[in-house]
Amino acid sequence: MSEQTNLRSQEGPYFGEYGGRFVPESLIAALDELDATYKTAKADPSFAAELAELNKTYVGRPSIITEVPKFAKLAGDIRVFLKREDLNHTGSHKINNVIGQALLAKRMGKRRIIAETGAGQHGVASATAAALFGLECVVYMGEVDTQRQALNVARMQLLGATVIPVTTGSRTLKDAINEALRDWVTNVEDTHYLLGTVAGPHPFPTMVRDFHSIIGIESRQQMLDDYGFLPDVLAACVGGGSNAIGLFHAFLDDASVKLWGFEAAGEGIDTPRHAATLSKGKVGVLHGAKSYMLQDEDGQTVESHSISAGLDYPGVGPEHAWLKDISRAEYFGITDDQAMQALKALSQTEGIIPAIETAHALAGVIEYGHNLPAGSSILVNLSGRGDKDMETVGKYFGFLGSN
Amino acid sequence: MSKTADVLNELDSKNEPALIGYFPAGFPTLDASIAACIAMCEAGVDVLELGVPYSDPVMDGLVIQEATEQALSNGFKLKDLFPALRAITAAVKTPVLVMSYWNPILQYGVEKFARDLKDAGGAGLITPDLIPDEAKQWLDISDELDLDRVFLATPSSSKERLATSANLSRGFVYAVSTMGITGAREDLDRKARDVVAGVKDSGTSTPVCVGIGISTAAQVAEVNSYADGAIVGSLFIKAYLAGGIAVLSSTVTELKSGSK
Ligand SMILES: Cc1ncc(COP(=O)(O)O)c(C=O)c1O
Repeated sequence: MSEQTNLRSQEGPYFGEYGGRFVPESLIAALDELDATYKTAKADPSFAAELAELNKTYVGRPSIITEVPKFAKLAGDIRVFLKREDLNHTGSHKINNVIGQALLAKRMGKRRIIAETGAGQHGVASATAAALFGLECVVYMGEVDTQRQALNVARMQLLGATVIPVTTGSRTLKDAINEALRDWVTNVEDTHYLLGTVAGPHPFPTMVRDFHSIIGIESRQQMLDDYGFLPDVLAACVGGGSNAIGLFHAFLDDASVKLWGFEAAGEGIDTPRHAATLSKGKVGVLHGAKSYMLQDEDGQTVESHSISAGLDYPGVGPEHAWLKDISRAEYFGITDDQAMQALKALSQTEGIIPAIETAHALAGVIEYGHNLPAGSSILVNLSGRGDKDMETVGKYFGFLGSN
Repeated sequence: MSKTADVLNELDSKNEPALIGYFPAGFPTLDASIAACIAMCEAGVDVLELGVPYSDPVMDGLVIQEATEQALSNGFKLKDLFPALRAITAAVKTPVLVMSYWNPILQYGVEKFARDLKDAGGAGLITPDLIPDEAKQWLDISDELDLDRVFLATPSSSKERLATSANLSRGFVYAVSTMGITGAREDLDRKARDVVAGVKDSGTSTPVCVGIGISTAAQVAEVNSYADGAIVGSLFIKAYLAGGIAVLSSTVTELKSGSK
């Protein structure tokens, strides 16, 4: 990396050759409206102030940084820090983006928001914002995911949202996005599609990144203020890529800071059952953007597999595709079992129960931390808490009887 | 010049409006889809849209989603498209356009796809999720090979975008009649008239056809009173499911009678 590069300044619609707007013409007006509204809001100090106030008094920001020395021992002679997005209201990073987009929905005069969700965290955050702002909320969720994340379905319903199980295709996150896009095409006049990750057509990858970039901005300052140095490595799990880019973005031009993204390798990166889009995918167009994706030679999307619903997605945000190609970030696969072992390890060494998604980043620290020089430091985005996963975890480890 | 536009313009000059029929390749099997498409052309569709099954068809309603899912699970492969196209265009004179989401074409190779399409007798391509802004490669090769290229015009499109769609489309402009996705609707949206008027306002001589939501002969007639053709899809799949080629053909005949 040359010193002059300014990687932080990328605003879309393209990141290198990735991104764009590969959507039906029917959605262009809505995307243009969103883009214009967002640009205006971004330049408007009152928007920033409103968002900052909500982040402080509702979300609970800034989130703290916790050093975890006992967990770090599992990764060699290094220091490990956690950026505690699990402590946000609703229990994950997802709320950062949701509050921002809900404010924009109000500015656009939309009375209804729709969202897709995999793990349910984005759906819960969306239902929460809808309750807060008095918006109608419909959440599309793959039928498979409604079963493995049943607790989050109940949370969304309690918050007043309608959860629609999606029974087409692979019945997971990608099909929930298709269904949400169909709803949006039909109801675009009064509806905002509150997309939950840095994928999709422009301006979503840029806008969602910006709303999450507070993770990295806070972290960078906290590390400097509280510890006096920047971490050598940032680590995050990558589904669509929102928590990872949220952490990475403020550090993109800090050439000394390595960026590690961990994708779900499911049953193994060399088996057909994984969700390791950047490691194993090919460039294509899915859900409105050009990026890496899991597909066959005909360009048909291939089903992904992960024990974690939030990482079970065959696409990935275009900015990650670009960061990979220019070698600014590296991406690795973590299997279901590695993630589950790391989840248990953090719980038992530090008393912090992470989401299964997040556990992929923790497993990455254990797996690759050993390669770092002694005394190195890793900052992990602890993107969410594991309460929603207790049924899967309980079964996996036999706490709930059946394996 | 476009054969598709010629056909549509000639019908127009005879005051005989047009019916454009969609059917997915490979549904329910490749051979059956070839036979169904030929039957549709023989029964009177003026332009055929041959659909490419795709795993993530965001523009399609349930009927087409289920049909294309079945085509894929019955083994449809992209390379099957070209022999199917060849068989149809050898049997009938009707212009045949391929309708495909962008990723399969991207993976096949845009230029190779265009050449193979041309070789197999295809008239051109309808690209539901490719807007002109992202279409550089396709614009270039379709110009070189003189292939039809159909872009969408919608009720929410700005004046400028309607003009761009009109200027860059060849064969016809696909006016989406409701904001929604495909799937037969009881009432044809009033908005279709505005879209057609908006496209015509750009001064284009390219025909404008209206699709999405058309399910009766009366709607076909109504659309043809202000546009250059009515596009029908889901209804033909339902007809085929209800009674194979016989019902498919009689449905085409019935709808075509509405366009007289
Ligand atoms: C806690 C948590 N982390 C990570 C993710 C993955 O999403 P992304 O890659 O957009 O951060 C999810 C998605 O549901 C999640 O709930």
